[in-house]
Amino acid sequence: MTTDFGYALLIPLIPLLMFLLLGLAGNQLKARLSGLLGTIGLGVVFVLSYYTAYKYFFATEKIAGAFSKITAFDMVWLRFSDSLHINMGILLDPISVMMLVVISTVSFMVHIYSLGYMKGEVGFERFYAFLSLFSFSMLGLVLANNIFQMYIFWELVGVSSFLLIGFYYQRPTAVLASKKAFIVTRFADLGFLIGILLLSFNTGTFDFSILCDPQGAAIATGSGAAFLGLSVMTWSLIFVFMGGAGKSAMFPLHIWLPDAMEGPTPVSALIHAATMVVAGVYLVARLFPVYIISAPDALVVVAYIGAFSSIFAAVIACTQTDIKRVLAYSTMSQIGLMMVGLGVSGYGGHEGLGYMASMFHLFTHAMFKALLFLGAGAIIHAVHSNHMTEMGGLRKYLPITHITFLIACLTIAGIPPFSAFFSKDEILVAAWHHDKLIFAVEYIVAGLTAFYMFRLYFNIFWGKETHYHHTPHEAPAVMTIPLIFLAFLSVFSGFIPFSKLVTTDGIPFEGHIDWSLALPSVFIGLVGIIIAMVMYKKETSLPDKVAATFKHGYKWAFNKFYMDEVYMFVTKKIIFAYISTPVAWFDRHIVDGSMNGISRLTNAFSFRIREFQSGQLQKYGFVFISGVLLLTFLMVYLWN
Amino acid sequence: MNILSLLVLIPLLTIAGILFLKDTQKTRLVSAIGMGIQLIVAAVLVFMYLSERKAGNTDEMLFVRSYEWFKSLNIYYTVGVDGISVAMIALTSIVVIAGIFASWQVENLTREFFISLILLSSGVFGFFISLDLFTMFLFYEVAVIPMYLLIGIWGSGPKEYSAMKLTLMLMGGSALLLVGILGIYFNSAPGGGELSFNILEISKIQIPIEAQRFFFPLTFVGFGVLGALFPFHTWSPDGHASAPTAVSMLHAGVLMKLGGYGAFRVAMFLMPEAADEMAWIFIILTSVSVVYGAFGAIVQKDLKYINAYSSVSHCGLVLFAILMMNKTAMTGAILQMISHGLMTALFFALIGMIYGRTHTRLIHEMGGLMKVIPFLGVVYVIAGLASLGLPGLSGFVAEMTIFFGAFEHTDPFHRIATLVAVSSIVITAVYILRVVGTLLLGPIKNDHFNHLEDATWFERISTITLVVAVAAIGVAPYWLSTMIGDSMLPIVNKLLTANPF
Repeated sequence: MTTDFGYALLIPLIPLLMFLLLGLAGNQLKARLSGLLGTIGLGVVFVLSYYTAYKYFFATEKIAGAFSKITAFDMVWLRFSDSLHINMGILLDPISVMMLVVISTVSFMVHIYSLGYMKGEVGFERFYAFLSLFSFSMLGLVLANNIFQMYIFWELVGVSSFLLIGFYYQRPTAVLASKKAFIVTRFADLGFLIGILLLSFNTGTFDFSILCDPQGAAIATGSGAAFLGLSVMTWSLIFVFMGGAGKSAMFPLHIWLPDAMEGPTPVSALIHAATMVVAGVYLVARLFPVYIISAPDALVVVAYIGAFSSIFAAVIACTQTDIKRVLAYSTMSQIGLMMVGLGVSGYGGHEGLGYMASMFHLFTHAMFKALLFLGAGAIIHAVHSNHMTEMGGLRKYLPITHITFLIACLTIAGIPPFSAFFSKDEILVAAWHHDKLIFAVEYIVAGLTAFYMFRLYFNIFWGKETHYHHTPHEAPAVMTIPLIFLAFLSVFSGFIPFSKLVTTDGIPFEGHIDWSLALPSVFIGLVGIIIAMVMYKKETSLPDKVAATFKHGYKWAFNKFYMDEVYMFVTKKIIFAYISTPVAWFDRHIVDGSMNGISRLTNAFSFRIREFQSGQLQKYGFVFISGVLLLTFLMVYLWN
Repeated sequence: MNILSLLVLIPLLTIAGILFLKDTQKTRLVSAIGMGIQLIVAAVLVFMYLSERKAGNTDEMLFVRSYEWFKSLNIYYTVGVDGISVAMIALTSIVVIAGIFASWQVENLTREFFISLILLSSGVFGFFISLDLFTMFLFYEVAVIPMYLLIGIWGSGPKEYSAMKLTLMLMGGSALLLVGILGIYFNSAPGGGELSFNILEISKIQIPIEAQRFFFPLTFVGFGVLGALFPFHTWSPDGHASAPTAVSMLHAGVLMKLGGYGAFRVAMFLMPEAADEMAWIFIILTSVSVVYGAFGAIVQKDLKYINAYSSVSHCGLVLFAILMMNKTAMTGAILQMISHGLMTALFFALIGMIYGRTHTRLIHEMGGLMKVIPFLGVVYVIAGLASLGLPGLSGFVAEMTIFFGAFEHTDPFHRIATLVAVSSIVITAVYILRVVGTLLLGPIKNDHFNHLEDATWFERISTITLVVAVAAIGVAPYWLSTMIGDSMLPIVNKLLTANPF
């Protein structure tokens, strides 16, 4: 079995080699050549991934009706103790194979697209080197066969994200944004690490196949011992989820994502929309059996954090004017929805509907959100601005971008037969059966999503006729072909029978659409679209009036509920001013001061006693004679 | 000729060679050749060690040689190595050669400079191969004393003050250490019979617990001063700030490791009962210093101060891990020493090179240097990423081994201390990114910097050597970790007799 998929090792290795090649020799190559090399490398990965998906899902025998977990490669990388060791391995199972398809598709499209978008930029080869590094890390992350390997690649993904956000390293805002992204996710990763520490010492293993075996011994351990009312297992999984929440920009660790839009737009499409930010969802899905069996309380946390993030972000998205930021908040909201899907899922067969739906939505979201970002890139490329206030009427100038963008907007709004209709519907069904409050929240989010997306759409492509300095023109073919390809996937990927491929226990089940829940959600979506159309299709004063009516609410949402300010207060005031500065002062003045004090004391003391060795004979004589006299006196006195 | 004695002899021969030279060019060439041979010998040693182990030699120490020295006091020149000392020797030889290339441009009293530098390194090599406490102490002093001259003569800023402070504090440590070693010596035959300085022999007996209680803290703190044990670390910021580049590299990269190495090879290994009793005090001190050093580094403005505080944090982790007294954590401690040695040497090398160009070490006076000196900039970022524990570089391997080892203790005290230490990974990220962001990224602040030249060939050799070592450990840690871990067993077993959990 293992030998069949031995070639899978190439999937992460090719981008790694590309990174080393472009990173070390990139400046010797012509820029164009390095771009092409990177793209070809990813093209091979793309082909291999689709081949793997075909082979895994359709040409490999199932064991007891379930897709098997295949270890294609495994070696010990570092040994901590006899039982705990970090391996480097490749695990193929339904979700990792699905992620292979997602990552290779989006990454390959972004590679092609960037040939046009980044053309002529300084550091073109560096860009492609970083893209390769990212692809390597992300592929390693999803293929990991143990939680520690995942953590390793998790960190590498974080650093590639840092490098790519800060690609324009001479721009102070980009530097700040990359720093923020790294530190916030690093803080979340601290949680992840603590979670791994607790988890591995409870179960004695890092290995997913042992950890996630529903009948295995590992899953049952540690759920007994309690701390603050929750079992150790629950705590460890909440900590692990903290890591996931950081990468996936869940409230309150989301603040880095909007700022990350400082990076080049293809990067936003790849990392901050389609792949890296869903790593948190993937992490929870990967450990799903552990969550559902030994720590259902942690899963409740996942569901509520997800639900809150989705509505929180959707509200903010309605007020932003930077198109990339609208998309960033939209991403956060959609990932919240995926988390909800996992949070409301059960285990086994149709019970695991939420899990399946969440993975389904992850897939469709990756396609349409990458499409939206790449479309936004084409728009920014044409008008040289990020702000929708400086756009309008672009449908005439950018026909392909316009159509593909519209398709993406209809998809995210959940209009049938576009893909997200299917995936979102399944999440809503699962939520309805599990938790009515979350269900209600997600209905509202569905309406808000349709509204803010079409607000964006009408503002860019319709709305007021803006006068442009240069007549905007459609992007070159290297940029529009990826758009068309992704639009194709956005339209049709809804027909992929996910319930037959990706399920909690690997056993396919029959999925069907619950029209009694689907129709209202389509209706809500349409209402959102119509409101947006009324407000923004023609230039009117309506938006301002609405904003004025909800003055305070609007102001809070526009300022992102002041989360950035809260964080600034914590970092600048508390850490910088109230901890670090005093620590540094204490060290210099108290600790070092006492060391210097000792030397000063010694000095002063020796200054005093140096009189004893003055070298003056008279003085010595005086002391000698008085000493003798004193002794004689004492002796005479004592004898008497 | 024993290969181990060769390690002490080559530096001495190199010094002898330099003595006859007048020419600057030849001096540095001879130094580079000498230390290059040393590097090769170290590599051969690693190879010989591994093949000997593979052949099934399970002795605690290999290549042991013993020569009588002062019969009346039982002082011998006894050498021998296990996996730990081999690893430290490899580290030292790498850092030394990088240091030689980093000081290629020393103009003032070149000959004397290289002599002191190489003398220092021969002391370090001698220290790592010694199995006799007295010889070990002797080499220790040989390593520490040239430091005074190196900082006092070739330093910058308030160099006399810094040199004096550093030397006095380290001498204070040595004084404690000497008492500790003599204490061990006079208690090395509790049942009567011949006293001994030999580590292996002493490890076979049990020093009376009353004596341990008195001499363990002396020895541990004595070594701890050199290992930047809070609150005896304050020589480090001043010392580094004034020291010339290569001296900072050697000092932070290698000399500080003598402290950690000695602390477990002498203090813990020979007096495990007292170590077990008193570990909690030092665990508190070190876990505090891990976080304290990191917070201290956040607000520093001088590159060398940032690195000095960061060293306090990282070396705190070394002592912290040693005190955990289990195989995983102590293996992690050695890995951390090596990793920290390499990356700190790299940092100080880079700081020296940047300072040589911009003539300032204050980060807010610089900015956007990545644009003008991309090679040095990229290497600085790599060093920074190693320091904040990025997987694929050495720091990650070491830190994770320590954290997982420390977490093997199931009691709340050890676990909370571990969590405190773990939290440093975030704070480290803050100060590293702050430096990288201010120093290298953003727009160029000063027009004069537009004309800076990127790294010269000798600077490239110096930094690439270190980067390759850092990356090699980070990518393939298995053999190093196994080599150290296997040699850790006798020590851990000895510790376990004191505390069977």
